Amino acid sequence: MSKLGIIINGLIKENPTFVLLLGMCPTLGTTSSAINGMSMGLATMAVLICSNFVISCIKNLIPDKVHIPCYIVVIAGFVTVVQLLIKAYAPDVDAKLGLFIPLIVVNCVVLGRAESFAAKNGPVDSICDGVGIGLGFTVALTLIGLCRELLGAGTAFDLRLFPEQFGALTFVLAPGAFITLGFLVAIFNKVTKK
Amino acid sequence: MSYIVMIITAIFVNNIVLAQFLGICPFLGVSKKVDTAGWMGMAVLFVMLIATLVTYPIYYGVLVPFELGYMQTIIYILVIAALVQMVEIILKKTMPSLYSALGVFLPLITTNCTILGVAINVISKEYNLGEAMVYSLATALGFTLAMVLFAGIREQTAITKTPKAMEGTPIALITAGLLAMAFMGFSGVDKGLAQAFGL
Amino acid sequence: MAKLENSLVNMVASLTAITVVVGGLLGFVNSVTMEPIAQAAADKQQAAILAVVPGENVTVSEPWETTAPNGTPAVVYEVSSNGQLLGKAVKAISKNGFGGNIVVMIGFDPEGNILGYNVLDCSNETPGLGAKMPDWFQEGGKGNVIKMNPGKNKVTVKQDGGEVDAITAATISSRAFTDAIAQAWAVISGNSDAATSATQQQ
Repeated sequence: MSKLGIIINGLIKENPTFVLLLGMCPTLGTTSSAINGMSMGLATMAVLICSNFVISCIKNLIPDKVHIPCYIVVIAGFVTVVQLLIKAYAPDVDAKLGLFIPLIVVNCVVLGRAESFAAKNGPVDSICDGVGIGLGFTVALTLIGLCRELLGAGTAFDLRLFPEQFGALTFVLAPGAFITLGFLVAIFNKVTKK
Repeated sequence: MSYIVMIITAIFVNNIVLAQFLGICPFLGVSKKVDTAGWMGMAVLFVMLIATLVTYPIYYGVLVPFELGYMQTIIYILVIAALVQMVEIILKKTMPSLYSALGVFLPLITTNCTILGVAINVISKEYNLGEAMVYSLATALGFTLAMVLFAGIREQTAITKTPKAMEGTPIALITAGLLAMAFMGFSGVDKGLAQAFGL
Repeated sequence: MAKLENSLVNMVASLTAITVVVGGLLGFVNSVTMEPIAQAAADKQQAAILAVVPGENVTVSEPWETTAPNGTPAVVYEVSSNGQLLGKAVKAISKNGFGGNIVVMIGFDPEGNILGYNVLDCSNETPGLGAKMPDWFQEGGKGNVIKMNPGKNKVTVKQDGGEVDAITAATISSRAFTDAIAQAWAVISGNSDAATSATQQQ
């Protein structure tokens, strides 16, 4: 498969959110606005690319029986690095995403890709996979955030499109997260599975 | 009294699944039948209590004195993974009947974010050990309640006709949304209780 | 390169090696980011103080930490410009928020008039409603509290007979906000009656 093919595969055919339905916690928890969703997506993508690369480099140095703990340590390491960097250079983002940054460790997308792709492919392909899946995740989170922000508060990326009174607050709150994702998955199904 | 408020808050008002969005994977994945959902909840309860009991002293006994706060995530996830393995082995040896009920869910729990989330939360909320244990117990009960309720509804939706594109996950997500909406009705109950107890 | 065997030595060695390398990396990143993290927190604090007590050439005193009537910690900063006291910034906490504590920095001039406020934490309030707090009570907002004086005005919500318009559909959050002002006022005026009456009315 070409490098571009791998990226596009992650973006559409194996979209982690709409097709594989992985990593649902941050998908629902951090998408109260488009910007929040995008920040979470980018943070996850950074971890994904780094962990995919490192794991694919060291995969032969790890005995099979302990491969999961080893992968988790690598992932947790990068998560903490990202967390510290965000705390230092983007404290506002840290305040908004809070607990969900350390929880990237248990995001099944990251460990899932390490297992199913990075452990079997070379470093360069693994980086491409990280970029593709990461982009797919970011696009999905941004889209969900955008829908919720638009329906709930009448803004898109903090830009006011219609008066706030017309927004249905439910969409910014917890129930809206589930409902928006439900409809988006249904639409994605409809469009891709003709 | 403050424990009662804390328990009610963690189960109903601030339900871990429906209000805090943790543990969505098992919530969607293992909720097709009521009894499996219940057993999953019990497994989480079991591991969560042990995990909090073990990680709490590690944080204050090891990480804080040695200024290794930044190692929290890495240590916690390793400890939780090891704990789950240990619980699995011990259960298999000592309580085979319980193991046969919970066994299949145990490996899934390592990547269940409720465990790690609660372990980190009790530290960031600065609870003492007693509060931390009550909080994790109540959170796990809240998780079980959400799982069982949701599975009950899903058993019903499984036998009804839904539009083709909505089948499976989409309709489950929308059901979860309605359930979350119902739980929003509890908001404010914690404040009222706190006032009633004069806290 | 062939895969390493599953011998116990290999397993322990590889896991240990990875943990040590990752631990070392984290230690390094931590030492690099420690200063910016502290700096970011200090900057935020400084910006919050200057936002509530504006002025030029200001110096901020060392924080004075005390306890508000509701038992929460409160911090007072004196802000002066060229040796003249411009006002005090008080970081106060109300325990009566919708889902927990809210933290507000409030600036008073020497007469006790409210100069400005800055919501430091309202993350426990209903998003979209309680979260309007940072703008609602500003000058020009619907529930303007700027220039009010807790010593003279009744800085409580109208539902409780006060002078402040509560945020629509978020009375609890609004009460918590005025409660935070009352706590702050009690701290700098040394008069805890105001805070107690504001708390009782909820």
